[in-house]
Amino acid sequence: MLRAILSDDLPRSRLLAVLLAVILVVLAAAPFLLPGTRALETAARICMFIVLVASYDLLLGYAGIVSFAHTMFFGMGAYGVAIAAAHLGPGWLPIGAGAAAGVALAALTALAIALFSLRVRAIFFAMITLAVASAMAVLVSQLSGITGGEDGLNFRIPRELTPGFRLLEEPVFGTRITGRVIAYYLVFGTCLALFLVMLRVVNSPFGSVLQAIRENAFRAEAIGYRVVVYRAAATCLAAVIAALAGAVFAVWLRYVGPGTTLGMEIMIDILLMVVIGGMGTMYGAVLGATIFVLAQNYLQALMERAAAATAGLPLLPDILNPDRWLLWLGLVFILSVYFFPAGIVGRLRGRA
Amino acid sequence: MSRAPEHAPTFTRPPLARRLEPWLPVLLIPALMLAGLVLIPQGSSWLTLTVSGLAMGMMIFTIASGMTLVFGLMDVINFGHGAFISFGAFVGATVLLALPGMAGAADMPANVAAVALAIAAAMAAAGGLGLGFERWIVRPVYGSHLKQILVTMGGLIVAEQLIHVIWGGEQIAVPRPETLKGAVTFAGAALEKYRLLAVAIGLVLFLGMRWLLRATRLGLIVRAGVENPEMVQALGYRIRRVFVLVFVAGSALAGLGGVMWALYQEVITAGMGNQIMVLVFIVVIIGGLGSVEGCFIGALLVGLLQNYVAFLEPKAALVSNIALMVAVLMWRPQGMIPVVKAK
Repeated sequence: MLRAILSDDLPRSRLLAVLLAVILVVLAAAPFLLPGTRALETAARICMFIVLVASYDLLLGYAGIVSFAHTMFFGMGAYGVAIAAAHLGPGWLPIGAGAAAGVALAALTALAIALFSLRVRAIFFAMITLAVASAMAVLVSQLSGITGGEDGLNFRIPRELTPGFRLLEEPVFGTRITGRVIAYYLVFGTCLALFLVMLRVVNSPFGSVLQAIRENAFRAEAIGYRVVVYRAAATCLAAVIAALAGAVFAVWLRYVGPGTTLGMEIMIDILLMVVIGGMGTMYGAVLGATIFVLAQNYLQALMERAAAATAGLPLLPDILNPDRWLLWLGLVFILSVYFFPAGIVGRLRGRA
Repeated sequence: MSRAPEHAPTFTRPPLARRLEPWLPVLLIPALMLAGLVLIPQGSSWLTLTVSGLAMGMMIFTIASGMTLVFGLMDVINFGHGAFISFGAFVGATVLLALPGMAGAADMPANVAAVALAIAAAMAAAGGLGLGFERWIVRPVYGSHLKQILVTMGGLIVAEQLIHVIWGGEQIAVPRPETLKGAVTFAGAALEKYRLLAVAIGLVLFLGMRWLLRATRLGLIVRAGVENPEMVQALGYRIRRVFVLVFVAGSALAGLGGVMWALYQEVITAGMGNQIMVLVFIVVIIGGLGSVEGCFIGALLVGLLQNYVAFLEPKAALVSNIALMVAVLMWRPQGMIPVVKAK
């Protein structure tokens, strides 16, 4: 049973299995285990990033393609929902239609980019995605009539998902089942389903071909697989899943803006999560996203304290300033690409 | 005995289209200028925009030429190239701001000396950073594009953050030296002096680079290295040293481009390098990765198109460059002037 759900891709390390189980249980019971809205926000963020990072890993770790447009696809899903909900009013239909439109746009854009760049040289892809993603970010901030520009869009969601709604009169295990809890389970359920789908995909024959292409594209072509077709399909699939994650996250946040969905910063975050967690394994995305989001929320406070403690010394407070935490992440990133290309999951599995 | 068949060869001139083919990319530039002349109503604004577009193109070429050569020579794709731009700009700005007496006075030789000093400092700093980048970041990941992209991106992040640590998080205003402010009027069009200077610097650079690559021994080795590095090595040249040299020179040029861009925009931020890189990537792709001439043509096309479109429809400027890239890739998938590699 478990084998079937995990598509035969078991953690293959006791410690990894325990960590994954803990993460799953905590996320599944987050509204009951973790009091307070901030903790629930963090849990939803982790769910969303797990899917986003896993879909990026599908490209980077499995197909060996570097894309800098993943947040663009994420943003397309999010903006699809937001624009539909803001202009057509709150309701399930506009949200569904918006999400569908966003996903379709993401798939088409991904296909176009893939055909233009992968046909010639795989490294074009990284450069072209970077260019297209920045053009899209500029476009979104300029078309403020539709997208809300730099301010982004606030929108209303169906009443069943708002904090004011009560599903049950009585609290369950001391927690009121508000619309917020329902919304959380919507996020959690979608993310879990998408994750399992991706696990299925990478362990299917299709996934094996992707890995073969990653290892030696020339040879894969010689064996008779159309490399371009497989790469383009992987790009589209990753884009669609990213857009779905974006749509769900927009519903959860009730807001989209360039900073939260399209920015280069988020793209860098995703890259860091994939590399730190471990490229080429879906479980790496789970660990990477969880550790990163937790660190982002709690480590920065620690850095602030460290900076204050060293205030009298030269240079140190500047480096320890929480605004500079990307400096440390960048160093960790470079070192992990050199020394731990398989990431945390690779280390755990290697030891077992 | 029959006579030998008539086989005197006839030399026909190839048709015009065939003879023009190698020149097509070059001809795109005047074609684009003509299109601009038709679409932009006033001749004087057209002239202003053209000079501004050429200046921008020259700056992008300055930055992109190093990157394209590094790729051609060693198959290394450097996403951290933007760091050299920002670094050069900040070092150059620091030098300029430290010399208020030379840069602020309305005295041509003093101004030029200040700018030259700033450029020299920026090129030295960016070149030094490039040397470190090559040694510590690029060298361990030869042969793997995936790791190169990731690691150089990481290097870019670290370098950008270091700029924040050194110069603070704010943007810095960089005033132009006195005699470079203002514009000259020519045929009713206001041409900023600084843009004319940028065009001149870019042209000198391009011609100098062409001369270096075509007429010197070093250039011969570099060109041969682009075509077939193993053969060059087999002939007894240390291709690695040539590569380090080209990498450092390319970084220094990016630093020069950074200073030029800083004086063009008159304001600098740590993220400016990464923003410019978007245009640089487009230029490098449409020019043909590894080709200096293609890079030059591509840079001018991008600069001109950006300025024309920004005048006609401001919101479409960056999108128009993406469209240009798509069009070029449909026409020539390897770029306008593809580099021939020996397999």
